[in-house]
Amino acid sequence: MSEQHKYSVASSPHAVSPVGTRSLMVDVVIALIPALCMSVYFFGPRALTTTLVSVLGCVFFEWAYQKAMKKPVTIGDYSAVITGILLVFVCPVTLPYWMILIGDFFAIVLVKQLFGGLGTNFLNPALAGRAFLMLSYPVPMTTWVKPGKEFWASIVGDNVDVVTGATILASDYMKSGILPEDRSLWDAFIGNVGGCVGETSALMLLIGGLYLVFRGVMRKRIPVVYILTVAVLTFIFPRGDGNLTWMLYEIFGGGLIIGAVFMATDYVTSPNTPRGEIIYAIGCGVFTVFIRYFGGYPEGVSYAILLMNVCVWIIDQYAMPPRYGVTKEMKNAAKAKAKADKLAAKEGAGS
Amino acid sequence: MKHKFYGGVHPAENKHATEHKPIAQLAKAPAQVVIPMSQHIGAPCKPVVAKGDQVLIGQMIGETAGLGAPIHASVSGKVVAVEPRPTAAGVPGMAVVIENDFENQVSPECKPRDNVDSLTPQEIIDIVRDAGITGMGGAGFPTHVKISSAVGKADTIIINGAECEPYITADHRLMLEQGEKVITGLRFIMRALELDHAYIGIEDNKMDAVAHLKSLVGEKADISVEALHTCYPQGAEKQLIQRITGREVPPAKLPADVGCCVFNVGTVAAVYDAVVNGMPLTQRIITVTGAAVKNPLNLVAPLGTSFEHLVEEADGFIEQPSRVISGGPMMGHAVYELDVTMAKATNCVLCLSKKEMPGTSNMQTCIRCAKCVNVCPMHLTPVYMNLYAKKAEWRETEELRIMDCMECGCCQYICPARIPLVQQFRTAKFELRQLAMKK
Repeated sequence: MSEQHKYSVASSPHAVSPVGTRSLMVDVVIALIPALCMSVYFFGPRALTTTLVSVLGCVFFEWAYQKAMKKPVTIGDYSAVITGILLVFVCPVTLPYWMILIGDFFAIVLVKQLFGGLGTNFLNPALAGRAFLMLSYPVPMTTWVKPGKEFWASIVGDNVDVVTGATILASDYMKSGILPEDRSLWDAFIGNVGGCVGETSALMLLIGGLYLVFRGVMRKRIPVVYILTVAVLTFIFPRGDGNLTWMLYEIFGGGLIIGAVFMATDYVTSPNTPRGEIIYAIGCGVFTVFIRYFGGYPEGVSYAILLMNVCVWIIDQYAMPPRYGVTKEMKNAAKAKAKADKLAAKEGAGS
Repeated sequence: MKHKFYGGVHPAENKHATEHKPIAQLAKAPAQVVIPMSQHIGAPCKPVVAKGDQVLIGQMIGETAGLGAPIHASVSGKVVAVEPRPTAAGVPGMAVVIENDFENQVSPECKPRDNVDSLTPQEIIDIVRDAGITGMGGAGFPTHVKISSAVGKADTIIINGAECEPYITADHRLMLEQGEKVITGLRFIMRALELDHAYIGIEDNKMDAVAHLKSLVGEKADISVEALHTCYPQGAEKQLIQRITGREVPPAKLPADVGCCVFNVGTVAAVYDAVVNGMPLTQRIITVTGAAVKNPLNLVAPLGTSFEHLVEEADGFIEQPSRVISGGPMMGHAVYELDVTMAKATNCVLCLSKKEMPGTSNMQTCIRCAKCVNVCPMHLTPVYMNLYAKKAEWRETEELRIMDCMECGCCQYICPARIPLVQQFRTAKFELRQLAMKK
């Protein structure tokens, strides 16, 4: 053919879903906004400023690293924004801004970019950042402000004069087998308890989670199985009298909801196979309860998820979906045949 | 009788442009038809006419050479060339070019049968074979082979009226306007297979067709018309079988191995024409659509009509199309030029405008969202297959059962990072076949 081809060709399919990476990420950001609003209500405007600092920090570190390494800049995909929000959500509101920035740097540069950037990191950046801060600054990381207007943390300064209060999982309460009398279950559910910036309001986090499920961004398997596992274990083995009350405090009193809905479901660091997701979620639940019950820390969600993050590849390998069209009988027959063949080969070699 | 298949996607249907338009006759008959000798799965046909020969409609011009179905002239006129011509699949193939004399003379061999009620199963199969009928839904498997290989093995006949590809409405209009052909043709196939029951599966975005066929079946409960919840790829053979019967076709096996035999509604209507009217397969219904054409429509056109002529029937382009596709947007072939012609399995000429054609150059990195795993109807893990395929580690892709992939395109459709997964998998499958041949 002498002339140029008229139309461009490509391999099918020629249709593409309207949902791209960026729109997925924007949906996650939207889903986090209710929890942020509740946090500002209970902990004061510092919840908002510290979130902004963290987001800017994460975006800046991602941009600076990619510029320095002469890589394409991908801050437009909003993944750094999510890391920034999630990291602050699992830190106390009174944490100095510079510590947040150190956490951001660790999360974005060391955990994410050094392993290849979006899609190839094997730990959840926000949780790894929190773990790093926990090791480096244990005291500021476990200083909690009492929720409510009179205790609002100030936007600037070191907040030495705010009234501190324990989380309901801490050794003042549940860790020592005491139910938090002054904090009702309803308080724990709406977020009127001491805790990290974004983790306390189970209600708002669940609303965000429902939005993600409704938008098709998040699958239900991981959060449902994770929370169920914790529920079952804490119901059977409560730390005090009254199975149901203890179970509900365990579910709504700590970081379980933010962990199950927003951390364990992180695309990059969770399994890709349906069965793998279930195994992973059960593992997260079991480790969470173990660390809460037997560990040194009052809270176990972040380490449980990090532990399961590193198992994702091996889980997926053993949890591949069943082959289409292969029934159990066919599988067993194939196994029996392989066994018989092996035996026959052995006998053949022996004689 | 409702089972589920795993995964699937629901792309924008875009059928509104043509779904209410009756099947139109050609405004102008094509001056020339180019009839490819390979319109089916199997070996290409051998041309039995030479340049200069005079042919009539329905006269055989290509005979089978191995697995296949014969090919007949679709217009009357003079053979002007027997030579390789471009095809919609991309590679040139042998074709018979006939210049239309506009006389529409039908071969005397093609005459209505009056003894249709006394035909034996074998006679029906022979008629189907001689009429050159192949699967008209896409793949083009010779229908007589399908029937005869299923005799005694199949206990369930399924007619595929799902038409799950977006844009296409050819089968929808066929069921509405020629429903009797579908029902009667199906009863011939039931007789050929000596079965007294059959299913017709139709997606529930075509409830008018469901109601129409149900009314045609009437009191006689030999045919169940099933409305299926719309979900691509419902019209894929394995998924339709699973949906209707709950059975899964094992790897490397045929539907007959699980007792099923699936035919497209177009195929069944062609069987009717062959048995009752004695007409071989020389024309078909085709949808010409897409936002780039002025007047999208459903047409009945002789096989071998060029895409260019079909686009003219739709009053031409309103804008330069970004892509022209033979078939639907999910599994169709993009073509370079409009000089290719329609074959037995060509159900659509789709001319996508720039607006309809999303950018393909903005590929991003995989974020392991696993949406591909959750939509794959064949239970595969495209995310991992892609990981190995892009590193050319073919053996690993084989262990991930890449050969089970039917290239339905769900994974690539849903991929938020716009990774060309299907292309990757086609390459891997090609390489694996090469490796297997070397052995």
